Amino acid sequence: MAYSDKVIDHYENPRNVGKMDDSDEDVGTGMVGAPACGDVMRLQIKVNDAGIIEDAKFKTYGCGSAIASSSLLTEWVKGKNLDEAASIKNTEIAQELSLPPVKIHCSVLAEDAIKAAVKNYRDKRD
Amino acid sequence: MNAVVNTPIYLDYLSTTPVDPRVVEAMTRCLSMDGNFGNPASRSHVFGWKAEEAVENARIQLAELINADPREIVWTSGATESDNLAIKGVAHFYQKKGKHIVTSKIEHKAVLDTCRQLEREGYEVTYLEPNTHGVTTPEMVAAALREDTILVSIMHANNEIGTVNDIAAIGEITRAAGVIFHVDAAQSAGKVEIDIDAMKVDLLSMSAHKMYGPKGIGALYVRRKPRIRIEAQVHGGGHERGMRSGTLPTHQIVGMGEAARVAKEGMAEEALRLTALRERFWTGVSGMTEVFINGDAEQRLPGALNVSFAYVEGESLLMSLKDLAISSGSACTSASLEPSYVLRALGLNDEMAHSSLRFSFGRFTTEAEVDYAIEQVERAVNKLRELSPLWDMHQDGIDLSTIEWAAH
Repeated sequence: MAYSDKVIDHYENPRNVGKMDDSDEDVGTGMVGAPACGDVMRLQIKVNDAGIIEDAKFKTYGCGSAIASSSLLTEWVKGKNLDEAASIKNTEIAQELSLPPVKIHCSVLAEDAIKAAVKNYRDKRD
Repeated sequence: MNAVVNTPIYLDYLSTTPVDPRVVEAMTRCLSMDGNFGNPASRSHVFGWKAEEAVENARIQLAELINADPREIVWTSGATESDNLAIKGVAHFYQKKGKHIVTSKIEHKAVLDTCRQLEREGYEVTYLEPNTHGVTTPEMVAAALREDTILVSIMHANNEIGTVNDIAAIGEITRAAGVIFHVDAAQSAGKVEIDIDAMKVDLLSMSAHKMYGPKGIGALYVRRKPRIRIEAQVHGGGHERGMRSGTLPTHQIVGMGEAARVAKEGMAEEALRLTALRERFWTGVSGMTEVFINGDAEQRLPGALNVSFAYVEGESLLMSLKDLAISSGSACTSASLEPSYVLRALGLNDEMAHSSLRFSFGRFTTEAEVDYAIEQVERAVNKLRELSPLWDMHQDGIDLSTIEWAAH
């Protein structure tokens, strides 16, 4: 399988790898996928008082495209407010990384991950 | 001190092998005008006679590898055709006797798809489930035999996990029951000893390119005593005693013969060397935790190992190991997203199947290459585990099987 240069770059040098404290009120966690399907993403966001995502971390079990999709996503969501972050579309990720058709599901998973993280943060606050 | 290795390193000998230089030499003598280029079927001139002599010499060489009579060797295009010829050939010839066939779930696709085709033709097939070690036992075969069973087809060594079945013990059962026994030996011929008499095998498929011969040539052993009849699948000039028509490719056949000779000559020694390399590799990578051998640890081909690295995914692991030519048990690179049917038949859960890699060592593998591979694998697995949320959870003592995953 030929990977695009951007996928390879994110895979070789993943951005924002890590784990935040789940119990922190300012942190929202989204975990999506299943080991049986070959990919699991955990995306975490730290939101400041102004409602802006000031930090994001991820860990991903999956193929190179899944790792790249989540790594890219952490870059994109930083500095955005929650609504902006939750409106990121999988097609934008797929396009940026030039994902082939069989890898589109990786970008879908990334979109699900940020939506889940935002929801988790909001649920905590409610 | 590290010896210098040239990358990428080829560790995929179960997939195919390079042609041995001695084989190349023998083959090139059978191609051009000043060589042995004739049609072995030409009876009217010396070009044909010489070609026929070369073909018959190769037949002896291959027969000697498996302790057969040269007249029991039928040349084919490869093990896939041999499997087709053996299984369809027996099924069609003996259909009045019965229409039941016994095989296993982890046979090569050449056997499984042939059986599927026969099912469409009205035959009934029992697919035995191997034990968790990847072995199909004689007891399983015995229990599956029926009055109308005409054929048992069980592989000698498995192409994905490298496990080796006890063919002689299965042969005892089939011979006693009067059932024809076919063995797919594509992965074992030339690597471990095969004695078709001691093993009571009736039909045996072989491939040249798995034993340092060329691609595009294989053979089917067909027993003469007691005589096994098969219906031809390729019709034409009546070559190979009518069992497989088509002009014999002298250079390919000579290549397979020479490959068989070279393999037989050094088999015991090479098996020891490869077993030592395999052990060296396993000792190296099993230093990491949560690393498992798929298939029986002992009952296996000397140079083959299939390993699951828990909490990392196979395709990304391959991506990190671009200096190593290996293959993955994860079929994520294909459109299906289904992990290997072989690993699943062993009872592996999907994530362990997704995280498996097949390493196979061969004639040109060196200790330095194995050491380099160990280093690379360790580096890649550690890197990906650092990236893996599943590894985090495992470290935190969370049992992943208790989590309800949202399947997608």
